[in-house]
Amino acid sequence: MSTVLILEQALNGLQFGVMLFMMSAGLTLVFGVMGLINLAHGSLYMIGAFAAAVVATWTGSFMLGLIASLAAAAAMGALIELVVIRRLYDRDHLDQVLATFALILILSEGTRYTFGSLPLYLNTPGWLSGVFDFGGGLVYPKYRLAIIFVGLIIAAGLFLLIAKTRLGIRIRAGESDREMIAALGVDISKLYTIVFALGASLAGLAGAMVGVLESVEVGMGEPVLILAFVVIVIGGIGSIKGALIGSLLVGMTDTMGRVLLPPLFSQFMPPIDAVPVASALASMSIYILMAIVLIVRPAGLFGGAK
Amino acid sequence: MKLKTLALAASATLMAAGPAFAAGHAIKVGMITTLSGSAAGLGAEIRDGFQLALDQAGSDAIELIVKDDARKPDVAVSVADEMIQSDKVDIMTGIIWSNLLLAVAPNAVRQGTFYLSPNAGPSALAGKGCHENYFNVSWQNDMLPEASGEYANTAGYKNVFLMAPNYPAGKDMVAGFQRTFKGESAAVVFTKLGQKDYAAEIAQIRASGADAVYYFLPGGMGIAFGKQFAQSGVDTPRFGPVFSFDQTILPAVGDSAIGIHNTTQWSNGLDNAANKKFVEGYQAAYGRLPSFYASQAYDTANLILGALKTAKPADKDAFREALRAANFDSVRGDFSFGNNHHPIHDIYVQKVVKRDDGTLTNEVVAKVVDDMVDSHAANCKM
Repeated sequence: MSTVLILEQALNGLQFGVMLFMMSAGLTLVFGVMGLINLAHGSLYMIGAFAAAVVATWTGSFMLGLIASLAAAAAMGALIELVVIRRLYDRDHLDQVLATFALILILSEGTRYTFGSLPLYLNTPGWLSGVFDFGGGLVYPKYRLAIIFVGLIIAAGLFLLIAKTRLGIRIRAGESDREMIAALGVDISKLYTIVFALGASLAGLAGAMVGVLESVEVGMGEPVLILAFVVIVIGGIGSIKGALIGSLLVGMTDTMGRVLLPPLFSQFMPPIDAVPVASALASMSIYILMAIVLIVRPAGLFGGAK
Repeated sequence: MKLKTLALAASATLMAAGPAFAAGHAIKVGMITTLSGSAAGLGAEIRDGFQLALDQAGSDAIELIVKDDARKPDVAVSVADEMIQSDKVDIMTGIIWSNLLLAVAPNAVRQGTFYLSPNAGPSALAGKGCHENYFNVSWQNDMLPEASGEYANTAGYKNVFLMAPNYPAGKDMVAGFQRTFKGESAAVVFTKLGQKDYAAEIAQIRASGADAVYYFLPGGMGIAFGKQFAQSGVDTPRFGPVFSFDQTILPAVGDSAIGIHNTTQWSNGLDNAANKKFVEGYQAAYGRLPSFYASQAYDTANLILGALKTAKPADKDAFREALRAANFDSVRGDFSFGNNHHPIHDIYVQKVVKRDDGTLTNEVVAKVVDDMVDSHAANCKM
């Protein structure tokens, strides 16, 4: 396998990884700060994608579509936090799972009712169409490079936010001791709404960016939600750093598994049998990775002992 | 003794009267198809094609019950159970995916329900696993890929990259192509069913140095791949069976598909009276060009309507014979059933073109195989 191919696949893994990071950052913050399992996070991804599709088609501007995805997902996130989620913080995880599962059904059917069951398709904006030539035979689609770029900027922004700002200090304080920061006079319920809306907007942006590559449809968030849970379990619940490293690990493992396992199996099996077996194993690879991480570090790579 | 004879005679009269009683009522057809998720468009084509045939016939002989399977085998199985046990349907149809069909059809036909497949044709049900109550109105899965193999030979391709999803139809589509193609396979890649991101596969195609890419990616998968391929800067020619280049896919992938050759048993330009009536009727009713899915569902409905003229499903043997006779005008022209209840029909190669009004569609280039019989028919003991 040539170096150029390996580099291109590494970029693919990186692109998938940063997309997963945008999705899992919010999930891990909400879990870490509020102790809440939010299954409806995938629906926010879907809402972002639909908002982008509608606004981009209506205005003809891709950038406005992206802004709309951030705004719509943040608004919906804040709304469901105020109306539903807020009542769940003191309940046990089973109640949270049930209530947020109900939210998935409501939001999915609501979207189906509004937009129909047929998927919507968006076109890559003209200035991000085509490929970027790195030289030496390595070319890569500009749009995917843009996803990597946006994802890395968001990662950097989140680290700065958590480490340097007052909001970040409160989030970290909320993670380590909820009662104490409430006692210190921080408006904890406002903090929760902000964190929830922040996580929601990132999920919405991820949905919008991926929607252009794939399709915008009801139920598009749930497969990604499962991967995001794998990421935060690997990275350690509540840790942004863990979410970043976990996302990149999952992105790379998935891509490289799909690419490397079939030729590997073909070495010692007839190809017609080897390829389906290797493909099946490739789709299991990230779960195997998760199992290994959990055996070695039960709290995840960056999870504190709780 | 006398009493027993009397009872026998009475029950015999009742049984003979059975079909006559049923004749007054509409027969029930249960349609399970994919109406949600990225393949929702395909189920809509099946439903609309079938409904159009009923509307055009203006007959109330059929009561159609439509349910969504969401492309999930477990959902399909539970909907099928409900249709057989509580709706008591006489005939089932509608399933698009081979893995769902394999979960539903063998069970349904064993319970005495007729199953008429308007799309999937897995090899497992065409050879040793054939059944007297199972009819396939579309094609056996291997047929269109075998024709693609013939096309690749004439196009002069020597080294082809093969790609299909990892499920029964995907394997049939690769096996069928390799059966007739004389060149080499640069690589065989099986993707996940429903996969949406093909970056890793496109990189492999770029690196493979293949003459052409043969792929089977129906519905949303084909759209996602087509769009991503067009953005990738790879210019390897693409071809394959119609699934990845049909009327449900072309509007979404756009001009990048122009010129792609694909194999099919039906095309909207086929010159016969039944097809004209179908294509014009479909456009008038739904405002879009029909896909081959709709053509197959339309044929399925007309096959049932044709058979109902001579027999009712309550008399299973007579109805089975009536179906086998295929007494209807197929939109694909010549149509008959082989010994395994799969079609014997002509296969064409068609090409994606842009019409003057800007619509993308397929146009027949040539006939590849005349009266094709599928490769598994010989293994069926029927």
